[in-house]
Amino acid sequence: MLVGSFFVSDHPSVRISADAVAKVARLARLDVTPDDIARLTSQLDGMLEHFADIDALDLADVEPMTQPYPLVNVMRDDVVAPSLDRDEVLAAAPAAEDGRFRVPPIIGLEG
Amino acid sequence: MSETFMIEGYELVCGLEVHVELATATKLFSASANRFGDEPNVHIDPVTLGLPGALPVLNRRAVELAMRIGLALNCTVQPCTFHRKNYFYPDMPKAYQISQYDQPLNIDGWLELPGGKRIGVERAHLEEDTGKSTHIGGSGGRIHGSDHSLIDFNRAGVPLVEIVGRPDITSPDEARQYVTELRQILVAIGASDAKMEEGSMRCDANVSVRKPGDPLGTRCEIKNVNSVRSLGRAIEYEARRQIALIESGEKIRQETRHWDENDGRTHTLRSKEDADDYRYFLEPDLVPLAPEKSWIDEVRASLPMLPRERRQRLSAATGAAADGEAVMVVVERGQDDYVLAVGEAGADVARALVHVKEAYAEQGSEPTVPAADLARLISMETSGALTATQAKTVLAEIVEAGGGDATAIAAAKGFEAMDTSELEAMVDDVIASNADAWAKYCGGEDKAMGALVGAIMKSSKGKADGKAVTALLQAKRGS
Amino acid sequence: MSLTETSAFEIAAEVRAGRLRAVDVLDAHLANVAARESEIHAFNTVTADEARRSAEAVDAAVAAGRDPGPLAGVPIALKDNMCTRGVPTTCSSKILDGWKPPYDATVVELVANAGAVVVGKTNLDEFAMGSSTENSAFGPTFNPHDVTRVAGGSSGGSAAAVAARFASISLGSDTGGSIRQPAALCGVVGVKPTYGTVSRRGLVAFASSLDQIGPFSHDVRDSALLLEVISGHDPLDSTSIPQPSLQLLSELDRGVKGLRIGRITDLPGGSEPEVDERLSEAFDALAAAGATIVDVELPSMKFGLTAYYLVAPAEASSNLARYDGVRYGMRVEASDTNAMYMATRAAGFGDEVKRRIMLGTYALSAGYYDAYYGKALKVRRLISDDFARAYEKADVLVTPTSPIVAFPVGSKVDDPLSMYLCDVFTIPTNLAGHPAMSVPFGTGAHGLPVGVQVLAPTLGEAVMFRVAAELERGAR
Ligand SMILES: [Mg+2]
Ligand SMILES: [Zn+2]
Repeated sequence: MLVGSFFVSDHPSVRISADAVAKVARLARLDVTPDDIARLTSQLDGMLEHFADIDALDLADVEPMTQPYPLVNVMRDDVVAPSLDRDEVLAAAPAAEDGRFRVPPIIGLEG
Repeated sequence: MSETFMIEGYELVCGLEVHVELATATKLFSASANRFGDEPNVHIDPVTLGLPGALPVLNRRAVELAMRIGLALNCTVQPCTFHRKNYFYPDMPKAYQISQYDQPLNIDGWLELPGGKRIGVERAHLEEDTGKSTHIGGSGGRIHGSDHSLIDFNRAGVPLVEIVGRPDITSPDEARQYVTELRQILVAIGASDAKMEEGSMRCDANVSVRKPGDPLGTRCEIKNVNSVRSLGRAIEYEARRQIALIESGEKIRQETRHWDENDGRTHTLRSKEDADDYRYFLEPDLVPLAPEKSWIDEVRASLPMLPRERRQRLSAATGAAADGEAVMVVVERGQDDYVLAVGEAGADVARALVHVKEAYAEQGSEPTVPAADLARLISMETSGALTATQAKTVLAEIVEAGGGDATAIAAAKGFEAMDTSELEAMVDDVIASNADAWAKYCGGEDKAMGALVGAIMKSSKGKADGKAVTALLQAKRGS
Repeated sequence: MSLTETSAFEIAAEVRAGRLRAVDVLDAHLANVAARESEIHAFNTVTADEARRSAEAVDAAVAAGRDPGPLAGVPIALKDNMCTRGVPTTCSSKILDGWKPPYDATVVELVANAGAVVVGKTNLDEFAMGSSTENSAFGPTFNPHDVTRVAGGSSGGSAAAVAARFASISLGSDTGGSIRQPAALCGVVGVKPTYGTVSRRGLVAFASSLDQIGPFSHDVRDSALLLEVISGHDPLDSTSIPQPSLQLLSELDRGVKGLRIGRITDLPGGSEPEVDERLSEAFDALAAAGATIVDVELPSMKFGLTAYYLVAPAEASSNLARYDGVRYGMRVEASDTNAMYMATRAAGFGDEVKRRIMLGTYALSAGYYDAYYGKALKVRRLISDDFARAYEKADVLVTPTSPIVAFPVGSKVDDPLSMYLCDVFTIPTNLAGHPAMSVPFGTGAHGLPVGVQVLAPTLGEAVMFRVAAELERGAR
């Protein structure tokens, strides 16, 4: 809901285009209607406007922080543990056949 | 081989990306079994299936095998990280592959072809394999026109090392040599069984062509090459396709192409224009990997002698060429130690190489005869106690039985070397009773010698040494 | 005192001693559920039958002379984003509706092994994305102190379950304040431990580098008890810190004499006046107990929201890509796999989740990574460095948890500024990976609970709990 605060923006979108939003929706595999695109474009634009507060910071020499606690070389031994039960797992799948997960024809996955 | 490979005035530029499955007991990030050929979906766990809440934990053995590969390929092992490569595909459970991006484990190495040329290795990094899709309906299991697909996740999460070669390969033959040599190295160091036909070694080729002296041309990536033989074919086909395009004034499009074994062509898989946007970012569920120097040193010290060095060793011992057929095949089969052991047991090691090559390496079987038994046989052969033909008979028996005393077997068969006067008498008899053939032979028809030799061998019941007979016949003719 | 008002610490002690039956404790709590759950909606699933079996097993163990563990017979509620074997785990999302995990989260194993009795799975904002538990596919959770108001979020169900005494204690997850803020709004204790002290294995990921599981309870001692049970190294979580579980119960009575308590002088403003009053009373109480109040500055704190709203959605966009209709959860059938993905995800995710997936995908995409995600990681470093400087001067920092008390359901969609401020005090802690906890400290507007937040450096839980215990004494 916090994000809601950024969405109150009736200005024209200047930071992100409707085309870019449509492309991002494709990348994220989300079906969107033209209405969705218009709404999302305005909402994302409002958020990006807010995020401009860090634009003025001089970050040239700042090391990015990815991990809160510095650990290194965490590994396990190469020892087999039992598999999950196939029938239990496949019973929870939307579709299964022949001990495998069933999906519609695999086409149109590029881009 | 040293002359530049050219097609219609164009040079070939090729770099290979080879994926190998590591011979671990478990997957890269989880503890279910890494095993090929079982029932579908019997090696699955929350991590393999990308279940909500599942977290990866790195397999130490996989890291060690990846370091073995890097060190065997003369790479530098360095501190590294894991990234997520985000894309959707039904056999990719999390919709991202954990791979290495800008900081791979192994960088900057090379592989030396048997003839001495070095092919650069840019990097060799760790990543996880995908599951396997089977396409049902449509024609012949092809993805296009299929009715639906079925997914097996046994292979998902299996550890892979991707070995990215530099574009130093300039002929289809070099590509074949590179993959063959790499395969031998991987098997020798125990990193992978590297079977192209089972998919535990997979090869993609980046191919471009150019006129000598020109800058690099646009490259295409060829996928789905399933044997060393098709690799050469696919590269040559692709080079000719590109040349034809250029010659007809068209442009090469950078794209991924699929090799079709059936029609012997490459086909467009996807164009790089709608470029994949993988949104790489550092995998937050894993921490950096920085193998300690002591660990790297330990792995390096544990590497066995590599094929190239073994070929040189065998070549030095036998006098055969290091990239000659006998040395190549015997080392490839890992039978060079056996040849040397036979030599050490007192036999002529060059003769041992020939016998091992013929009896085992070329048959695709493993030596079972104790080195001492084979050595005794070879000694009898080289001292003249057995003729080459007799030696072959005894060898066949020993190989069949997995060992045996050549002296005893030869005695039991009544094999004993004929002395020279006995042989001369027999030759004279045969000449007398085959006057026609002798006349032809003396008249310059060398073919006629075969009939004479055959007759002598027959009357000696195989005891006569073919070489000695030939020498005698030549001497008697006076040539 | 009724069984539902007995602390978890005392329940466990009495059950272990054989003076109290776990089934009676359970029945008392289930009676509260029966009476008030329909107006509060704390739970997505109540596991009454399983709970009864667990309680009976605890009683049987005691009768047989075995020790069921430090949480013997204590009713506990689990946020519905923690995997429970065979029990639905939905994340309050349609896309996982009805999904029963084939495995237990590490924390679920730990509390069960300690003798706790799981009474149900609690409501949350879908995939923990929100601050009010209004973004649940199954409807909002209401505040037990005033059922016209929100419980906070995203762990609103876990906070409300404890506040309504449906469970003695509960577990939530905190990515940007999702334990502490609802704890404050519901008048209970809520703790976000140091990143890496509690295993994330089996916690359905929102933002992997920020998520951390932690306890809710009525008093500081019960949170200490629960955190002792769930903390410690888990070899199945690569980011788990290799050290033994935290020792906290022994810290609670040590007082704060000699401790330096930091007051942030450049704290973003806008809190309700009663909240500011409670905060200054909290400093007074700590000073009266012998602590020194010192002023510190955190100039980068104000950029926390931006860093958070780039880092968390980026990680979330990747973490939530696995909901593709192939292996589990819902599927909308379509003519090809790609169309199936698009339709399934469009129908399965709520608007807030989709917005964050969109934002995160954009922040990571080609050409924008450096401008957004990359930059946010650098701001994260600045904030962490600010904290490091502050902790040279102070042992802990104290702030309000939330600038406002619980607000009416549906009211904040049109009041963006106060909503914005909701998480401004909690988010920086997650970015730094530090521990922080909210302790009830009096009331504010409308007589609703106010929470005070204690922040500490990495692995500073011991001193954090000392201060929290003192605040609790000061609030009485
Ligand atoms: Mg590649
Ligand atoms: Zn790869």
